[in-house]
Amino acid sequence: MPEISVKTENLVRNFGSFVAVNQVNIEVYQKEIFGFLGANGAGKTTMIRMLCGLLKPSSGKATVGGLDVYRQSEQIKRSIGYMSQKFSLYEDLTVEENINFYGGIYDLNQKRIQKKRDEIFFSLGMGDYARTLTYDLPLGFKQRLALGCALLHDPRILFLDEPTSGVDPKARRDFWEIIHQTVALGTTIFVTTHFMEEAEYCHRVFIMDAGKIIALDTPTKLKNRYKKKSMQEVFVTLVEKQQEKKTNPMPDSNDKMS
Amino acid sequence: MKVIEITDYCKRYDGVAAVEGVTLKVEYGELFGLIGPDGAGKTTLLRAICTLLTPDEGKILVMGKDVTQSIMDIRSLVGYMPQRFSLYQDLSVEQNLRFFADLFGVTEGKRERRLLQLFEFSRLAPFKKRKAGELSGGMKQKLSLSCALIHTPEILVLDEPTYGVDPISRQEFWEILRSIQKEKTTILVSTAYMDEADLCDRVALMHQGKITMVGTPEKIKASFHYHLYRLEGKDVRFLRDFFQKLPSVRSTQLFGDTVHVSFCKKPALSDWKNWQRDSRGNLKRWASQPPSMEDVFMESTEKER
Ligand SMILES: Nc1ncnc2c1ncn2[C@@H]1O[C@H](COP(=O)(O)OP(=O)(O)OP(=O)(O)O)[C@@H](O)[C@H]1O
Ligand SMILES: [Mg+2]
Repeated sequence: MPEISVKTENLVRNFGSFVAVNQVNIEVYQKEIFGFLGANGAGKTTMIRMLCGLLKPSSGKATVGGLDVYRQSEQIKRSIGYMSQKFSLYEDLTVEENINFYGGIYDLNQKRIQKKRDEIFFSLGMGDYARTLTYDLPLGFKQRLALGCALLHDPRILFLDEPTSGVDPKARRDFWEIIHQTVALGTTIFVTTHFMEEAEYCHRVFIMDAGKIIALDTPTKLKNRYKKKSMQEVFVTLVEKQQEKKTNPMPDSNDKMS
Repeated sequence: MKVIEITDYCKRYDGVAAVEGVTLKVEYGELFGLIGPDGAGKTTLLRAICTLLTPDEGKILVMGKDVTQSIMDIRSLVGYMPQRFSLYQDLSVEQNLRFFADLFGVTEGKRERRLLQLFEFSRLAPFKKRKAGELSGGMKQKLSLSCALIHTPEILVLDEPTYGVDPISRQEFWEILRSIQKEKTTILVSTAYMDEADLCDRVALMHQGKITMVGTPEKIKASFHYHLYRLEGKDVRFLRDFFQKLPSVRSTQLFGDTVHVSFCKKPALSDWKNWQRDSRGNLKRWASQPPSMEDVFMESTEKER
């Protein structure tokens, strides 16, 4: 049995009367690239924020690296890496300053930070940018730096929320190269994307619609099951089927906007 | 008539050229795409067209008027959606839309028709009352787009409009662009999605501040002069690395669960047989493949390396 790295049982999150995440059960294995797909508003970010200890679930259970999201959220925050959908580094700091700053947050000593900084410069190809203001980096490199900072403390589990949105095709491939290298070192990766060809690079994918799981399997098995050539087709078919199912999806769309 | 006419435009920041010697014409009623990697200068060029930057060299005319002189005239013709469009976070979805409809002076009848269409694409109708600040990232982007599309300007300039938008809404968004184009609007759009470049009438490929190619997507794809093959096999990453090392290979790219390999010279059947053996049975299938915009894009950025 592979080691389980993330596990949820009937996980729910409500915002008022709206159910953003609805009874979700998943198991993610160590060293797995777990892709997370869904239309806008499906609940991906909400789910990730709960697993990162940033948002309390309304009900259900979840453990991350064996830690409980209700009782051990502080430990979770320190032991995982998280790259949020909204760019969260300081744009008015240089690349080097951002690394030092985040190293400080994770309580790393100077020697460790130095070592990590060299690693980021070297393996992420950022050496030329050490003294560049983060604001001035091309988006692909901003995302690499964000990834580098999320990996500073060698987390066992890494959550990436749309790391490649808006990134050009070449930079996106470079980014996925780094993801593969990171997994090879033993990290679990939980990643959301709207690029369906990136779904093909995941070991397993999980498709969510309106807070619920509608599919979970390897890309190959999903393509075979729905007799489609690509994940793009699988995704469009599955999600559109859901939209049709909803009997009256736009109850008041004919109302005049007063 | 040329709606946008750019001649030898240059813009520098601290002596570094963001856009260098760009000459480009956009025709009346065209859906024109500006594609290129991050930092290629797309945003700079779009902002210049919208009168938001002064040139260091060269000239930009919009409907025959100079962007450095007829600023107000041009602003009333152009609808611009910047990369980071700000919504009113405390207003609801519906209030934001109404606010922008009023701002652009959209007539009652037109407004209702357009709103219906926009809600269909955005699927935001069930969330009309929700505050913009409480929407998901992609929902916010779709609301921004809807606000920008609520009126029908003569010229519409959109900077990476589909950032973070899901694949289904993206398709529907392009259908809306097409229908706006039918109302005689000229549309200029930048994008990092190569499948969207394929939907434009013409595109310009931008790289390091310069325009490297202009034409219809068909023409641009036809300019690809390598022999492209699509490979399938057991381990695609292994295959990619294997072919990358061959001297006759120009470039290799992972494409989902396949590898695209472009050769300088068309391989013979005996070559394939050899590779099948040398790749330890990893190579399962190969087929000649017409290049996509993404192949051309990758190739054109590769060249500069
Ligand atoms: N603070 C909040 N208050 C009310 N509703 C919220 C709040 N946060 C999120 N939601 C709602 O929860 C739903 C799921 O949002 P979430 O951000 O998880 O979506 P997502 O799958 O990440 O979408 P995207 O692809 O656009 O990033 C949306 O309908 C959103 O409006
Ligand atoms: Mg999200």
